[in-house]
Amino acid sequence: MILESLDITPDEFAEGTGWAIKPEGACKADVCVPLASGGSFDLLATADRLGMAVVHDAEAGLWAIGPESFGGHALVSAEAPELTLDDIDGTPFTLSSLRGQKVLIVSWAPY
Amino acid sequence: MSLELSGPEASRPYIDAASPDHPSLLDPTHQMDALFGVVNIPNVVWIDEEGVIVRPPEPGWPSPRSEMPKDMLGAMPELGRAPNAPKPPEDGPGQWGVLLSGQDRKTYADAIRDWAAKGADSEFALGADEVVARSQPRSAAMSEGAARFELANHLWRAGRRDAAIAQFVECHRLQPDNWTYKRQAWSLVGNERVGGDYGRWIQAPVAGEEADWPFESDFRSDVENVEAGGYYPKTI
Repeated sequence: MILESLDITPDEFAEGTGWAIKPEGACKADVCVPLASGGSFDLLATADRLGMAVVHDAEAGLWAIGPESFGGHALVSAEAPELTLDDIDGTPFTLSSLRGQKVLIVSWAPY
Repeated sequence: MSLELSGPEASRPYIDAASPDHPSLLDPTHQMDALFGVVNIPNVVWIDEEGVIVRPPEPGWPSPRSEMPKDMLGAMPELGRAPNAPKPPEDGPGQWGVLLSGQDRKTYADAIRDWAAKGADSEFALGADEVVARSQPRSAAMSEGAARFELANHLWRAGRRDAAIAQFVECHRLQPDNWTYKRQAWSLVGNERVGGDYGRWIQAPVAGEEADWPFESDFRSDVENVEAGGYYPKTI
């Protein structure tokens, strides 16, 4: 997640990371990680709790938030993360629109 | 999913040639790496009708047959090595010994067919706990590597080449086992130097142009330093 400022809302954090901020904590799929109770959303504390690296490129004026690492694995749940990407013509396609079918995702690249 | 940051035209010839009847998407920021733990290509994820992953990313092919365009090899210049690249082991399996070992290309599609027919009763469908346990390891350093890759990706697309390369280099140091992070970066610079239809396949300095190759290694050198079966690990 690329940011120009660390002053973001919980909704923006959820949009960029897939982790929703709820009363029970930071939640993704069927996993919730408790956060310190009370107060407003604290991006750095939340990222630290989830094991997300926060990297600052001062020259570029940008921050980057890495993916969660607290579980020690790339997946914290077997529930497929939501993902929306464009097709070759720029039309967005959302992974969850394939619910009800078996899905194979094949990652490839022109290199 | 095409894990290529350069825009749709880089992927279009391959998608057009395959003419798929399934969705074929572009993943310019390598979200598959961050969200699912993809670290190489080709990698395959199996997801059931309920949206539950039953096999995490792993090497997979539709068939053992693999062909390159007829004019491709002839279009490739002689390649050198990154000046600081690790030397190949004297008794190692060599580049092709590594690339053709590990996951069985002949039987992978049969496993998919078995799952398609039997669903959860297939011996290849894993339970939720095993899916998580078999997904790629991720440490705090790897999270930083992913963050630096995203920065590099953003900077490259903004035209800030040298700043992007500095972030790519740091990313590779932090997550050396992620081949898409390395191959993407090597390919960008290889394509700058060679161009043409196959410039993106250049992942090392052209022979004689090694001195200003900006990365610590290159594709052949890194592959030659992997044990047999380590590049495409056997999971089935």
